[in-house]
Amino acid sequence: MSTATNTRERVLERIRTATKHVAKNDDWRAQVYSALPRPYVHEGKRSRQETLALMIERLREYDAEVTETTPAELPASIAAQLAASGHHSFVVPPALPVEWLASGYDWKVDNGLGSEEIEKTEGVVTAAFCGVADSGTIVLHHSSTEGRRVITLLPDWHLCILRTSQVVETLPEYFSRCAQPPVLATTISGPSATADIEMTRIKGVHGPRFLQVILVHDEEAH
Amino acid sequence: MTPTASHQPILDPKFALPFPKAVLPVLRNPQLRKNVAHAIDVIQTKRGKLVAEKADWQELRTSADAIRTHVLENLGAYLEQFEERCTAAGGTVHWAADAEEARRIVLDILREEKASEVIKIKTMTSAEIQLNPYLATNGVKAYETDLAEIILQLGEQEPSHIVVPALHVNRSQVREIFSRTMGLKDLSDEPKALTNAARNYLRRKFLEIPTAISGANFLVAETGSVAVVESEGNGRMCLTLPKTMITIAGIEKVLPRYRDLEVVLQLLGRSATGERMNPYNSIWTGVTPGDGPQKFHVILLDNGRSSILGRKTERQTLKCIRCAACMNSCPVYRQTGGHAYGSVYPGPIGAILTPQLMQMHYAQTLPFASSLCGACYEACPVKINIPEVLLELRSQVVNQERKDLKRFFDPMYLGLRVANLLFARAWIFHTAQFFGRFGLGMFTRSDGWIHSLPSVGGKWTQTRDLRGMPKQPFHAWWAARKKEAK
Repeated sequence: MSTATNTRERVLERIRTATKHVAKNDDWRAQVYSALPRPYVHEGKRSRQETLALMIERLREYDAEVTETTPAELPASIAAQLAASGHHSFVVPPALPVEWLASGYDWKVDNGLGSEEIEKTEGVVTAAFCGVADSGTIVLHHSSTEGRRVITLLPDWHLCILRTSQVVETLPEYFSRCAQPPVLATTISGPSATADIEMTRIKGVHGPRFLQVILVHDEEAH
Repeated sequence: MTPTASHQPILDPKFALPFPKAVLPVLRNPQLRKNVAHAIDVIQTKRGKLVAEKADWQELRTSADAIRTHVLENLGAYLEQFEERCTAAGGTVHWAADAEEARRIVLDILREEKASEVIKIKTMTSAEIQLNPYLATNGVKAYETDLAEIILQLGEQEPSHIVVPALHVNRSQVREIFSRTMGLKDLSDEPKALTNAARNYLRRKFLEIPTAISGANFLVAETGSVAVVESEGNGRMCLTLPKTMITIAGIEKVLPRYRDLEVVLQLLGRSATGERMNPYNSIWTGVTPGDGPQKFHVILLDNGRSSILGRKTERQTLKCIRCAACMNSCPVYRQTGGHAYGSVYPGPIGAILTPQLMQMHYAQTLPFASSLCGACYEACPVKINIPEVLLELRSQVVNQERKDLKRFFDPMYLGLRVANLLFARAWIFHTAQFFGRFGLGMFTRSDGWIHSLPSVGGKWTQTRDLRGMPKQPFHAWWAARKKEAK
């Protein structure tokens, strides 16, 4: 262990020597940090309708399919998407509302399922933490309705339920919604893709090849 | 232990040819140049469009520059904070002073896990420390999982770009590699079919190999989290399915707070691949019970970085977020591709980073592999003034060389010393001009141009012509004009 400690001290000592004419104490550093220039756009200027329209447009540009619904219609919309998918076995996070789980399908509730079992399912249904319209990004914090990371990874078809109240215009607005930084976060911008062969974008490499989004209008009309 | 001779990578600056020599086979390979130019044109068009639509692009650059500079000035404190938080969250933090130590730490962890196979997310730090050949000689088989990296690994080729490492390989070459190594006789050269082949090739490996290695795009000091940015989902596979995860991160990768990702993530995707956001970003913090690997190691890699940190002009090199916008915009890289740089870091950032990581003992020709046009500086999302660093490094290389006694009679240094003498006094200069006109007259063709010069002068005429000396030099014309006016 002593070599490891030595290395740590040696590297830190080199760093301290290299920065000794600038780096001062913790208070100074905190002060300098809070005064760093941040002139970029924090909050977007679009109306709610425009923001939602942009979110949908961006998702569709990524080849994600988007449908819209109301809270009352949500279970029916989910059932319709499940039927349209042609799949039968789905994995879901443990705390997903039971009314979302339409009957007639093989539901696997993830209370610590093994990878092989998840691999056998055809699709996954989850909620989300946030949607960022500017880049068409869906953010998961992997809560008990968003699921462990693995369940939104192995199945080929991902149905994500996003509420309009969760949709923000800019990426900084998402960060403003994090009261605490999350322990785990995954951002999804369209289905898995690559452009490694001649820069041709190919949908679906290892992650889900199909991303289906249901946008639930849960905000009061303005 | 060093990699064996049979595994000697061509991208080792210690063994690489000087850039002007290394570049010749590329310049004579039209297919390679076509592949590189095509890929670069596609990226540049996409990037141009997305940067133009981003109204606050310059403001984001300003912030990214400020944040990254601040981090470097306070690197020790932020690294210690990262270490403390990551450890508290169940991670194990290791420090590696150089490549050899880093490789050793990785191997020790793999031995402890009794791992004979490992899956990998594309990582520049692993390429930098030449991890794969080292693991191979020590009996560990490393499987690259990024599509481009698979192409290179199976085709036994070297990366030529830091974001799209196989951009020098076209679809029919990929087809040939996959069909040969995966035993797929009827494979078509459609990118979709090729991508599918890679998916099938790796699927079982993801599910069965319990140990993974990644790099890090960012470390967050405030939380002890690691962020990995990717497109395919191979990264998510590697950092979710295995039992043990090893991340090799350069010490400069840290950001103060989670929120700082709002700046760099907006810049990175647009700069790197011309996307508003890359398909997947993963952020994790130590070990999460029940979700993902239950053993997590981070190796903080110095390997020459701290020596760059102490130099005022060069420090900015470490602001780099590895987006490759500099190489995509570079007129030199566009012609040469990456291999000629003899380093895993090609292009303008490689031209300044590689010799510095080598503490100026190797890769001294790289700072000269630039026209100093400044396109890289303009494209850089964190505002690294690459031309400024190139000039600083050039002067260091020249100072190194001219102190070398063996180069005392080097025609260039001899010539420069003579020039120093000639330019010091007007009368000496005029006399030299007089004789020079006779001397150069021998090489001046009837069109008034010099097309070829011997010796050191040939370095100029190899690539461009030189105007012959005028019949009358300016000062003589000026003096004659004054007399006439009287």
